[in-house]
Amino acid sequence: MSPETLSIFSPALAARFDALVSNYPVKRSALVPMLLYAQDEVGYLSDGVIAEIARRLGLTELDVRNVASYYSMLRFKPAGRYNIQVCTNICCMLRGAYELYDRFQEELNIGPHGTTPDGLFSLEEVECIGACSWAPAIQVNYSFHDELTPDLVAGILADYRAQAGVPTDRSSSVGWKAQAERTKEHA
Amino acid sequence: MPRLVSHPDEVKIVSRRFGQGAANIDRYIELGGYESVKKCLAQTPDWIVNEVKASNLRGRGGAGFSTGMKWSFVPKQSPKPKYILVNGDESEPGTCKDHLIFLHDPHAVIEGTIIAGLAVGAKTGFIYLRGEYRYLLEIVEKAVADAYARGFLGKNIFGSGTEFEIVTQTGAGAYEVGEESALMESLEGKRGIPRIKPPFPAVVGLYGGPTVINNAETIATVPHVIATGAAAYAELGTPRNGGTRLFCLSGHIQRPGVYELPMGYNLKKMIYEVGGGIANGNQLKAVVPGGSSTPVLRPEEIDIGMDFDQVGKAGSMLGSGGVVVIDDHTCIVEFALRTIGFYQHESCGWCIPCREGTDWLQKSLTRFHAGFGKAADIDNIQYLAENMLGRTFCPLGDAAAMPTIAFVKKFRKEFEDHLSGKPCPFAREGVPQLTVA
Repeated sequence: MSPETLSIFSPALAARFDALVSNYPVKRSALVPMLLYAQDEVGYLSDGVIAEIARRLGLTELDVRNVASYYSMLRFKPAGRYNIQVCTNICCMLRGAYELYDRFQEELNIGPHGTTPDGLFSLEEVECIGACSWAPAIQVNYSFHDELTPDLVAGILADYRAQAGVPTDRSSSVGWKAQAERTKEHA
Repeated sequence: MPRLVSHPDEVKIVSRRFGQGAANIDRYIELGGYESVKKCLAQTPDWIVNEVKASNLRGRGGAGFSTGMKWSFVPKQSPKPKYILVNGDESEPGTCKDHLIFLHDPHAVIEGTIIAGLAVGAKTGFIYLRGEYRYLLEIVEKAVADAYARGFLGKNIFGSGTEFEIVTQTGAGAYEVGEESALMESLEGKRGIPRIKPPFPAVVGLYGGPTVINNAETIATVPHVIATGAAAYAELGTPRNGGTRLFCLSGHIQRPGVYELPMGYNLKKMIYEVGGGIANGNQLKAVVPGGSSTPVLRPEEIDIGMDFDQVGKAGSMLGSGGVVVIDDHTCIVEFALRTIGFYQHESCGWCIPCREGTDWLQKSLTRFHAGFGKAADIDNIQYLAENMLGRTFCPLGDAAAMPTIAFVKKFRKEFEDHLSGKPCPFAREGVPQLTVA
C-alpha cells in the first residue's frame, strides 16, 4: 500500500496540499497554512494530522509540533462545532466585551474556554480580531459578528442551532441555560 | 459586514472604491484600476522608486519609514531572487483598516504589489493575511485568480514580456508575526520569532533574498500615488508626510469607523467633529492615538496634527492609525492591565526582557487593580517598563513598555487611588472585574 492511501486527509485536502507546496521555493513554507487547513477539516491537530503533515513535508513530528504550538489558532484538542471567539481586547472591552462574554457563558451554561456537552459550541476569549471600529466583535469559526450587545447573544446562538439542525424556537429570546432549566423542571 | 462611514472632511484616496463592488475585476478596471501598473511598465524602475520617494508616502504599518527609501535599499543586482512581501497580519489592537482594504479593494493590493515588484526587480510577491481573516483571504485569492486569468499576473503580464507571480498565504494566529522578520520566518514555515538585524530584509530577507516588506495599506496606496502623481499626492498631507491615511476610530466615540483623512488632520477635530464626540454624553479621559502600543495622550494634549512628526513631538506615535477614545468612566489601571495582558499573551518568548517583563507587568498590574497594591508598586511598574525599552530583538518589547510608562506617568493619581482600600474606584455594579486569561 502506498503512503498516500493511508492518508487521513480527504482527497480535496490532499489536492490543496499539493497545490500549496508548488507555490514556494521551499516545501516547508506550506507548513503553517497546511496546519490550519487540516485543522479546519479534522477539527484539531490530532496525532494523525501531525504525523501526516510531517511525512508530507519531510519534517520530524517534533519540528511540526514546535511550529504548531506557536500559533494561537492551532489547537491540539477538539473544539465545539461552532467555536465562539469573543474579542476582549481594549476596543471591544471599552464597548462591553466582558458583558458579552459573560452572557455567552450564561446562555451556553459553560465557563470560560468551555464546550457544551453536545459538542455544538465552544467558547473562548481571544485577542484583537481586527474589528475595532465595529466593536464589540466576535468570530464564530471564521464568521465575524460585530456591533454586538448582550441581548443579541440568544439570537446568534439560535441561528447556529438552526444551521446545525438542532430544533429551537427562533423567535424565543430565552437562552439556552434558561431553556435547559425549564426542561429540567418539566421532566 | 463592517459598516462603512463617511464624513465631509474625508479625502477618499485609498478608500475611494470602498462599497463600490471593486472586488470584482471588471468593476475595478471600470473605476480606473490597473492603469497605474500599465503606466509603470512604460517607465524605468528608477522612475517608479523616485516617484514613490517624492510622494512622501510613509509606511502605514506603524514605523512610518519612507516607502520609496525602503525600496531604494534593495540592491539592483542580486544572485538570489528578490521578493515583495505584503504584510496583512493586521493585529495591532485598535487597527482594522486593512480589513476594509482586503474586503473592498483587493485588486489595489495586487496592483501595488506588481508595481513594487517592477520598482525593485522582483518577480514574486507574497500577500500574507492573518489567519483570522479567512473570509478576506478568500476574496484576495479570487482576485488573484482573476488577475491571472486576464494575464495581469503570470509569465507575461499585460503582454509586456515581464513576469510576476503572486502567492497568498494565511497565518494561524500571532501578533508577533506582524514584525517584518518574524513574518518572513512564518512564511518559511517556522515559529514567528524575529531575526536579529542587520542584515535588513532589503538585503537578506525571505529565503535569503532581498525583500521589500510593506504594510497592506502602504501597498494599496501605491497605485493611487502613480495615478495622481507624486507631487499632487504629497500635497494632500503635511511636509514629509504625504497624502492621506485611514484612521480607525474606536472606543467611546459617538460614530466609530474607518475614516480617510489628510495627514496632519487635527486629532481633537477628528474626535469631536468626524467621530461626533464622546459617546453617551461622557467626558474624554484619554486617547491612544495610533494603536495599543502608542503612549496615551491626555485631553489637554490632543490639539495636534496627526502626522508622524507632530504626534512624535507630542511624545507619542502615529503608529498604525488606530485612534482609541477612552471616556471618564473608564479605569486607566484596568485599561493598562488589559493592554499588557495582550502583550504578555503575544510575546514570543525569544528574548528575556520582553518575555519576563510583560509577565511581571501583568502580575503587578493584576495585583494592583485587585486592590492589593503597595505604594512602591507604582514606581516598580514604571522601572520595569523602562528597563524593557530598547533591550529586545524586536519592537514588541517596546510596544508593551511604552504605553505602560505613559499610563503610570500621566495617570499616576488613578494608580494612587487604587491604594486606598477599595479594589477599584471605577468598579460598577454588575460589571465583572477584569481577569486576564
